[in-house]
Amino acid sequence: MAALKIKKGSTSHSAYNLRPDFSDVEERHTLAVVVDNEPGVLARVVGLFSGRGYNIESLTVAEVDHTGHQSRITIVTTGTPQVIEQIKAQLGRIVPVHDVHDLTVEGPSVERELGLFKVAGEGEKRVEAMRMAEIFRANVVDTTLDSFVFEITGAPEKIDAFAELMRPLGLQEVARTGVAALSRGKL
Amino acid sequence: MTRNMTGAKMVVQALKDQGVDTVFGYPGGAVLPIYDEIFQQNDIRHILVRHEQGAVHAAEGYARSTGKVGVALVTSGPGATNAVTGLTDALLDSIPIVVISGQVPTFMIGSDAFQEADTVGITRPCTKHNWLAKDTAKLSETLHQAFHVARSGRPGPVLVDIPKDTQFASAGYTEPRAARVDHYQPQLKGDITEITELVELMEKAKRPVFYTGGGVINSGTAASQLLRELVESTDFPITSTLMGLGAYPASGKNWLGMLGMHGLYEANMAMHDCDLMINVGARFDDRITGLISAFSPKSKKAHIDIDPSSINKVIRVDVPIVGDVAHVLEDLLKVWKARGRKTNKEALQKWHAQIAEWKTVRCLDFTQEGPTIKPQYALERLEALTKDKDRYITTEVGQHQMWAAQYLGFEDPNRFMTSGGLGTMGYGFPASIGVQMAHPDGLVINVAGEASWLMNMQEMGTAVQFRLPVKQFILNNERLGMVRQWQELLHGERYSHSWSEALPDFVKLAEAFGAKGILCSDPKDLDDAIMEMINHDGPVIFDCLVEKHENCFPMIPSGKPHNEMLLGEASTQGAIEAGGAVLV
Ligand SMILES: Cc1ncc(C[n+]2csc(CCOP(=O)(O)OP(=O)(O)O)c2C)c(N)n1
Ligand SMILES: [Mg+2]
Repeated sequence: MAALKIKKGSTSHSAYNLRPDFSDVEERHTLAVVVDNEPGVLARVVGLFSGRGYNIESLTVAEVDHTGHQSRITIVTTGTPQVIEQIKAQLGRIVPVHDVHDLTVEGPSVERELGLFKVAGEGEKRVEAMRMAEIFRANVVDTTLDSFVFEITGAPEKIDAFAELMRPLGLQEVARTGVAALSRGKL
Repeated sequence: MTRNMTGAKMVVQALKDQGVDTVFGYPGGAVLPIYDEIFQQNDIRHILVRHEQGAVHAAEGYARSTGKVGVALVTSGPGATNAVTGLTDALLDSIPIVVISGQVPTFMIGSDAFQEADTVGITRPCTKHNWLAKDTAKLSETLHQAFHVARSGRPGPVLVDIPKDTQFASAGYTEPRAARVDHYQPQLKGDITEITELVELMEKAKRPVFYTGGGVINSGTAASQLLRELVESTDFPITSTLMGLGAYPASGKNWLGMLGMHGLYEANMAMHDCDLMINVGARFDDRITGLISAFSPKSKKAHIDIDPSSINKVIRVDVPIVGDVAHVLEDLLKVWKARGRKTNKEALQKWHAQIAEWKTVRCLDFTQEGPTIKPQYALERLEALTKDKDRYITTEVGQHQMWAAQYLGFEDPNRFMTSGGLGTMGYGFPASIGVQMAHPDGLVINVAGEASWLMNMQEMGTAVQFRLPVKQFILNNERLGMVRQWQELLHGERYSHSWSEALPDFVKLAEAFGAKGILCSDPKDLDDAIMEMINHDGPVIFDCLVEKHENCFPMIPSGKPHNEMLLGEASTQGAIEAGGAVLV
């Protein structure tokens, strides 16, 4: 065999920098996935996202039909339109998945999230936190002499905004549920 | 009236009711009740392999050569983990198999019990679906569902993990027809508007090409028949992926040969220059597309696939058709005929002339000279001496695999079993055992590389024990040839760990197992040696010593478009740029 005239010891033959690039603009989509509530079903869905490198911004899951044992998983994800299409098709392939709804494209929908905020403070800060909570229609669900736990529901952006306001007022801990979403109007 | 029986008996009953006649397996503590049931019946043959990976590949070989579901049975823990490579292989190549694994009893799950592994967790990403069968009352229905899922839609592997106490306990047996399978029913019929749109494109196309894949074979023999009719009547040229070889006959007049990284010049050029690409059951794999941004830039693309997730995954297509290949081709033919069987004959003629010109490059030509056998020559002779026989070919993975795809001709589907998607060295030998079990009178040949073959050589024991006359045709270059080729072309000829030292004497090895070994190193002896192999009634290891530094061409280097193929040694200089090395 004729030897090839590739330079020996040259690094030009082992460069690691190529990646086809067909990115469009990333979009944020809210998907509602109706599944059989059987052991491991959440692992299948989450494993799909991690295994194929898709993003999860938030994920909520609960059984919504106790007689039919069906759960609804609401996933907020981001990706280019091609990736979003792939995610939906891949979800559809999972055997216990019954339905995949893309609430972002299937017409208007409502999105709600619940957040719990622990805010500690005294004096003026405490009063200010309380005032802000009222404006945001947050409820006080626990109180001590130097702390509150507020409960707030709303679109994720509203909860983000509330968190920003609470930060300088003694925000200590936050728990958020992730988004639950339904389409508007009749089915 | 439901029959009461133990879970272990249910397994055997369900297999019988699903039409299973052969199971490949290996026993262990967690499947002893099932083995006890197997012992007490004669309807299902159990083939004792020598490693669970072998069981799964054998089941794959059985499935691919018959179109039926293959079955493997393994114990818990190491038995199940040894099955993982086979499951992944079957997933990537869409092969219907059911793997049944034993598990520690339910009350011990999670306690790190002896031979406990989270089998369902481990195999979740490498199966189409899997089940942990904790309740004997549901076991038989689960088994029927497992078969349904494995064979429906895009086929694939499934696993049912059965704890030992579930096997011992008794419950009523659910018959197959009573099993609920309604919610998993993939769509078979394609959308007729899309199909019509494709027909319109076909009527006008100047440079059309069919690009077919494993989906045609998975769809059944009817799909291959319809494909042949469609090709004959439209007179469009056709190429295929590695997985689809045989769906259209290699002797057919419209055949371009295989496409892709090691595909034929004319096939890849036709893909690059076509104006209408009709993808039938293929998936735009990276071995096929090469550089995506330069993939077939001038064509409209239609894609027929039963799996919606295959469509627009890699390449955006103009006409997506979700459905089973046979169903869609039937409708496609109907619509095309009803609209008057139109094609652009004048343009087609020019297209065929162009293709004929590409064919004059004769990209597979080689010269056999000197005292050393060229691997291509070995396969050319194997082809000549076996093509008229009832022949089944399996392969291992490497250069020999690509040469087999290039130099052997496949006239029918289900005749070529090779690990395409996963590229699993060690696949071919156990697969040949599975094929031979399904076709006792067939001539089953595993075209192997010496390195791949060693990965599952223990299955020689299986072949001898069950008198399976599988022929192991080893193209021995004493190299991890494909790795060596890449190192030559991409890593400055630094041959890091790509040769095999201390190779066994394959003839003695065969004899040690009680089989026949043949050594051939002289081109003049080759025909006689091959005939000796064919005529021997029993397993044979054929050690064919071949040229050690032969490269496999044509080759589209990673990161290159189709029209920048390397055709031979002369064209390789500086052909692969920095960027290509990062790709696999
Ligand atoms: C299990 C596994 N390990 C590693 C590889 C990477 N690999 C691909 S081809 C090849 C060499 C195969 O050598 P051989 O079987 O002798 O075939 P040849 O290329 O020499 O014909 C290797 C190591 C693989 N495909 N599978
Ligand atoms: Mg080799």
